[in-house]
Amino acid sequence: MSFSLRVRHRFPGAGIDAAFEAPTPGVIALFGPSGAGKSTIINAVAGLLRPDLGHVVLDDHVLADSASGVWLPPETRRMGLVFQNARLFPHMSVATNLRFGLRRAGPGRIGFEEVVALLGLGGLLGRRPRTLSGGERQRVAIGRALLAQPRLLLMDEPLASLDAARKAEILPFLGRLKSALRIPILYVTHALEEVVQLADTLVLIEAGRVAAAGALSDIAARADLPLARRDDAGAVLAARIAAHDEEHRLTRLDAGGATFWVPLVDAAPGLDLRIRIPAREVILARQAPEAISVHNIIPGTTRAIAEDAPRRAALVEIALPRGALLSRVTPDAVTKLGLEPGAPVLALIKSMTIEVLVS
Amino acid sequence: MLSSEEWQAVRLTLAVAARAVGFGLPVAVLTAWLLARARFPGRSVLNALVHLPLVLPPVVTGWLLLIVFGIRGPVGALLDDWFGVRLVFTTAGAALACAVMTFPVMVRAVRLALEAGDPGLEEAARTLGAGRLDRLFSVTLPLASPGILMGAIVGYATCLGEFGAVITFAANIPGETQTLPLAIYAALQAPGGEARAATLSLVSIVLALIGLLLSEWVGRRLNLALGR
Repeated sequence: MSFSLRVRHRFPGAGIDAAFEAPTPGVIALFGPSGAGKSTIINAVAGLLRPDLGHVVLDDHVLADSASGVWLPPETRRMGLVFQNARLFPHMSVATNLRFGLRRAGPGRIGFEEVVALLGLGGLLGRRPRTLSGGERQRVAIGRALLAQPRLLLMDEPLASLDAARKAEILPFLGRLKSALRIPILYVTHALEEVVQLADTLVLIEAGRVAAAGALSDIAARADLPLARRDDAGAVLAARIAAHDEEHRLTRLDAGGATFWVPLVDAAPGLDLRIRIPAREVILARQAPEAISVHNIIPGTTRAIAEDAPRRAALVEIALPRGALLSRVTPDAVTKLGLEPGAPVLALIKSMTIEVLVS
Repeated sequence: MLSSEEWQAVRLTLAVAARAVGFGLPVAVLTAWLLARARFPGRSVLNALVHLPLVLPPVVTGWLLLIVFGIRGPVGALLDDWFGVRLVFTTAGAALACAVMTFPVMVRAVRLALEAGDPGLEEAARTLGAGRLDRLFSVTLPLASPGILMGAIVGYATCLGEFGAVITFAANIPGETQTLPLAIYAALQAPGGEARAATLSLVSIVLALIGLLLSEWVGRRLNLALGR
């Protein structure tokens, strides 16, 4: 099953021409700077904006197709849209807001009690939107969209208007939502941390165009993309807890076909999670060093090398059996090690620098 | 304090105003919605027509009503033929004249409320599966209800004072079309009627004040209830 999109639209002074395809279910993140055209895409998918040319297909449901003149109005599309500023109905209680879409869609797979429990809304049901905090409002808005039994959940920077504490409050809910209700999500954001936590497919949007699209683990490790030139660039790998070593306070993870040691994780073996390895923390070597504090010495193959001129740095992409790592080193190091595409290389990673993301 | 004839004028005035608002308000809401939201050819003509009674001399409005709704007028003749309804010189006619005169006031109040509404909420309702009419009744009108109610109250209060169009179209018939302002006028015309005119004027002032205070209070309460 898949989601495929092509949107072309001209605005005065700007334009958008974007196309991508992604597997469903899963979280598709549209990532890019403000004004790149992400919200235009979301509005075209929701049906609130009719583009000059549009082709939107979700799992065999054609929502829009300019070629054949198909254009479903938003009220029949069943796209649950969570706006940046919640947009709760001020004249209704939280419970009535939640049931607004549910009453019109009829009961479906997603139940009222389930959503209330999932998003922790039990104590808010009788209250008015005016009396809620920003984070609570956004949780209600997510619940309201979910209860409309959407085929696809659209989220337009749902956390952008919240402070760091409220974000941290909602992110786990989104993670739970993703695993509990196997519903496809199209998630617009300009915050990398949200992408890293949630996305399965990453679509990079730059100036109205798709700069790259693919699995998060592939895109995050690409040395040639602007993403790799961010200070906080780094590879993301799907991982599973293999075992705990209580004595040494370490946890062994299987990720990317390799073994990683990280500080003891508070979760049961077998759990799936993600790890993020910042590019600036990955040291490269041709021979395994001895008597060194580093726990992770991961063998791989050099796949690509790109220049990061402003930083006087080189970005090295290291292929693992599954997935890849990204390393930022000096061009001098690349020369000294004789790195070139195809050359074997060891990636040295301190356990302390691996970010473990339990969703 | 008031004679039975004076009471009759007060009761009649309140009844005429109620009918005028009862029939006029739904039309005013629809018109305001069209003017605020819809884009169609002739929109500015409709807008001008709606506001016409506000700027025309009321006596001209009354005379136009006579031409259109008179027994031989295009609409009046049909009403008489089909339903046996005569508007000229009747209470219903007085209500019609009042409704036409206060129509601009009501449309304006409702339109302001509609335009102040957040279109984003209607978009949200749309993505949640609400069609056009559904959105109108579940989101747009409830959120505009303070404006609609204010329009009704101000319209009602304005009706209480309508004179020129009513006397031209419905004439000055005690118990039939003689509302408070017409009764005051009649009292002033009669020799020695000053005291009666003063009493009725006092009643007018009290009614107008009640209307204005009520609209303030109701507006505040509604805004609170709507969570603003």
